[in-house]
Amino acid sequence: MIAVTFAALWGHWWRSPLQLFTLLAGLALATALWSSVQAINAEARASYDAASATLGEVQFDRLVHRDGLPIGQDTYIRLRRGGWLVSPVIEGRIGDVRLIGLDPLTAPGGMAPIGWSNMNDLQDFILADGRIIAAPDVVLDGVESDPAVAPGTAIADVGTVQVLLGRRDEFDALVVRPEQPLGQASLEEIAPELTRQVAQSGSDIGRLTDSFHLNLSAFGLLSFAVGIFIVQGAIGLAFEQLRGTVQTLRTLGVPMQFLVLLIVVELLGLALIAGSIGVGLGYFIAALLMPDVSATLRGLYGADVVGTLELRPIWLASGMAISIGGTVVAASTALWKLSRMPLLVGAQPRAISVIAGRGEKAQAAASAVLLLVAFVLALTADEILTGFVLLGALLIGAALGLPIVLRVLLDGVAQYSRGVIASWFWADTRQQLPGLSLALMALLLAMATNVGVSTMVSSFRLTFVAFLDQRLSSELYVTAESPEQAAYMVDFMTPQVDAVLPIMSAQVQISGRPTDVFGARNHATYRDNWTFLTAGLTPWKDVHTNDAVLINEQLARSADLQVGDVVSIGEQPLAIAGVYADYGNPIGQAIIAEYLFKILFPNVLPLRFGLRLPLEDVGAFVEGLQSEAGLPASSVINQASIKAYSLAIFDRTFTVTAALNILTLSVAGFAILMSLLTLTAMRVPQLAPAWAMGLTRWQLGLLELFRTVMLAVLTGVIALPLGLALAWVLLAVVNVAAFGWRLPMFLFPWDYAQLGGLAILAAGLAALWPALQLARTPPADLLKVFSNEQ
Amino acid sequence: MNSRLIFILLWLPLASLAQGFAGLGSGAEGFKLPETNPTFQFPSDDGSHPDFKIEWWYLTANLQGADGQDYGLQWTLFRTALAPKDYEGWSSPQLWMGHAAVTTPDAHFVAERLARGGIGQAGVTADPFEAWIDEWTFSGLDSGAVLRAAGPNFAYDMAMYAIGPRVLHGAAGYSVKSADGQASYYFSQPFFKIEGTLQLPLGDVSVAGEAWLDREWSSKPLGSDQTGWDWFSLSFDDGSKLMGFLLRGDSVFTQATLIDEEGTPVAYPDGAFTAEPIKQSQVAGRDVPTTWKVMLPDAGIDVVVTALNTQSWMDTSIPYWEGPVRVTGSHTGRGYLEMTGYE
Repeated sequence: MIAVTFAALWGHWWRSPLQLFTLLAGLALATALWSSVQAINAEARASYDAASATLGEVQFDRLVHRDGLPIGQDTYIRLRRGGWLVSPVIEGRIGDVRLIGLDPLTAPGGMAPIGWSNMNDLQDFILADGRIIAAPDVVLDGVESDPAVAPGTAIADVGTVQVLLGRRDEFDALVVRPEQPLGQASLEEIAPELTRQVAQSGSDIGRLTDSFHLNLSAFGLLSFAVGIFIVQGAIGLAFEQLRGTVQTLRTLGVPMQFLVLLIVVELLGLALIAGSIGVGLGYFIAALLMPDVSATLRGLYGADVVGTLELRPIWLASGMAISIGGTVVAASTALWKLSRMPLLVGAQPRAISVIAGRGEKAQAAASAVLLLVAFVLALTADEILTGFVLLGALLIGAALGLPIVLRVLLDGVAQYSRGVIASWFWADTRQQLPGLSLALMALLLAMATNVGVSTMVSSFRLTFVAFLDQRLSSELYVTAESPEQAAYMVDFMTPQVDAVLPIMSAQVQISGRPTDVFGARNHATYRDNWTFLTAGLTPWKDVHTNDAVLINEQLARSADLQVGDVVSIGEQPLAIAGVYADYGNPIGQAIIAEYLFKILFPNVLPLRFGLRLPLEDVGAFVEGLQSEAGLPASSVINQASIKAYSLAIFDRTFTVTAALNILTLSVAGFAILMSLLTLTAMRVPQLAPAWAMGLTRWQLGLLELFRTVMLAVLTGVIALPLGLALAWVLLAVVNVAAFGWRLPMFLFPWDYAQLGGLAILAAGLAALWPALQLARTPPADLLKVFSNEQ
Repeated sequence: MNSRLIFILLWLPLASLAQGFAGLGSGAEGFKLPETNPTFQFPSDDGSHPDFKIEWWYLTANLQGADGQDYGLQWTLFRTALAPKDYEGWSSPQLWMGHAAVTTPDAHFVAERLARGGIGQAGVTADPFEAWIDEWTFSGLDSGAVLRAAGPNFAYDMAMYAIGPRVLHGAAGYSVKSADGQASYYFSQPFFKIEGTLQLPLGDVSVAGEAWLDREWSSKPLGSDQTGWDWFSLSFDDGSKLMGFLLRGDSVFTQATLIDEEGTPVAYPDGAFTAEPIKQSQVAGRDVPTTWKVMLPDAGIDVVVTALNTQSWMDTSIPYWEGPVRVTGSHTGRGYLEMTGYE
């Protein structure tokens, strides 16, 4: 019996290959998008874990020299003998490779790639020609590859690295283990020249880029939702067609539960096939996008991500799981209805609008509730998670409400229509709406997301360009390698340029937040180019004469500070004279006058300088620097090239989202195509009367085309405000929660027009084939409607 | 996270498969091996022997608090060498490990330290005697000896003085560990008076009692089939002491030394000393015997040894059981028990 039933059920798909294709293609595409995003995310996360573990600076406190000098080995021994459980770290560069030296015995868990566990490994690591373990992308003779090491980094024993870097008996930092013993001597007693740097959870690479990845995941989820809509449509219609077969089988004696089970098995099998195709496709897409993503992350956050994709089981598994899960979700309501079907009721395909009518009230209610939730959250949300909940509620609420809004619009237009064809057209459109609604919802979501994200990106770019102009106001930036060279360079440069602006900074805590504090020279450059979000009347004057401080937006937001509040660095009180924007910085930043900086941090000597000179003199001056002062080319950076580099990085940032946008729009277009094709079969009895009364088939085809395009236009009109709301949420809620700074929102009507055109084109293309098919329906088929055979 | 960072889990079972407990049965690879009829020089042999692969300075103490409660204390410094030749600086093949513990009837506190040799973070000097790792120290062996260690939630600061001589085990300090002849140099200094303060979470406790120092060094002390040992150091109320150990492998190998009040040792060969578990306890997810029947019929010793705290588990990179015990039966007294290799 199993074989026969199975054959009967499978025969249905065999007879309608289109539905089978719709089902498989929709699921595969959706899975592909989801798994490509997950693949990128998983790859990036693995790199962050390796980077964090290797550096240890995120997880553990460190002891560093107050003046940035190296720490002597004898200091390390004194600390250990004083009861401090610290572990030495030394860092340097050999060529392009960052070399880190660790002591595997004292390094806290998670830092070193070698432990006390394996004596043979330990022996090779520690003894004479110590072993070097490097990331897979490092190309050096005699190193061992280990994917757990951060990209571009190599790790060896601290003794080995001291020798390789020619720095015996010194370290750069001492990592402090979380647990320390009783009776420890105080740091001031043993090593007063050291200071303790608290583990910077605020700059945790993983958290920073969480927002970027949430963004990507949201796109993946969106695409998947669109795919589910397709699947829902296909399954719903398939089950409608299946009713005849099911009724026959049941009257032949096949039990209902058994039938349901077989259908479920069949669907799961199809889901597995589609899922596999989808995952394979997803890997391909991810591999294409990965180099862009890693360049983006490196530029934006300094996060090192390998540019190649490794096959990781987690996203394979999640792709398959979501494919199967999605099918289950999509099929469950249809199956439930099928199982409740009375045995002997006529199995005629019913007009779809009848089916849809009952659900509409529930849908309207759901939509209203979600939009209300979104409204409330818009006023109160201040975290990434609630921001995304807000986004979800807004989008889903709008999507659910779309068919109702369209129907109301159509009702209104229908009232004013004159003429038979027009009346019939509007009525028919209204009747078509439920069948197309899923596809239109998908289109709405895709268009709104496009509008929203492109608004966000363009606002960002506009602001960023202005920001770079403000920050990179010096023509040249030079970096010295030592304080002596810096002093020599200052003497050399000062007579030749308009101004030498030293860049010096130290790390402090302001209001309990880690902050970089900079000393600024009193020069017109700052007064002319700096813009503030909020400021007193004369912020720069206050800074240079009244011991005031300027802080960045991140610090102001996180510590809840405003202009006029008083903060302190150490014992020095400072009044806040202004708050400025500081995009891309994860921690706080403050600016004080140069003379005050020198008082507070007498041992910090600037090694970087901004130089003001006329633009046409830059070339000659740089040559002079290199030939007479012997400064290597890499130490001199041209402002124009920094700007270009920053902008290039920025543009690549959103290449990924742009690519995903286009893919999403295509998937939505595909959804329309599939819905229309699936409906075509059922349209014949509805169009036959119109044909019989004189409309030619070509007229009918054209009307179909027009209908789809018109519905797409209406959807687009609704998508625009939805997309702008989405952009607002991203800029004002999600970005603020993720980064701590807010971007102003700009509008770009031309972009929206372009997008609308693109969407209409997609809809039109999607409708072309079904319209053609309709126009070429053989008259005999249309006639059959009126005979007893149909 | 990197799977290689899982320190402990994979190591022990693999090690005990082919190399005896804690790898002590693996090859000697160029290190010196103990020879019969050794002559020791003191104070130089109080110090370190880098030609040998493994060595320890192992102090255990049975203490009583002012309230009459029993306590146990442990201070151990292990040295292991990755290669026979020694160097200064970070290339030194010496690795040092320190274990410290305090045991009360209700609690057991453990701390571990690891250090590289050659840089001064840990080491031993023979004259004047000092053994140290980080801020832990054991200095002096006669009068005015000092013993200090600390962990995250406990610490101790003790003063000691010796009231008896060193005692050589086995054949004048050549202590055989298996029928195949693996051996180590082994002597003890079991006659110390010790007093001081224990810093514990519930408060400081003044304690006093007796301490026992074990000194042992070798390069391949175990046979590759030997999975662990049970070691007893018992101090009887009549002034005599007993050191006995049982090595578990394909067959059981035992040795014992009976020490009289003057410090004169009598060595007993394999089989003379027997120890049988009477009661097992669940310790750290393992079945560990915590009450033993210990017999040395040739000396009229038939005692039951009971752990003060069955949960005396040393949760260190290489875990084992070590804790104070009470002795009842033909003789009464206190002592220490060490059990290794229980999985």
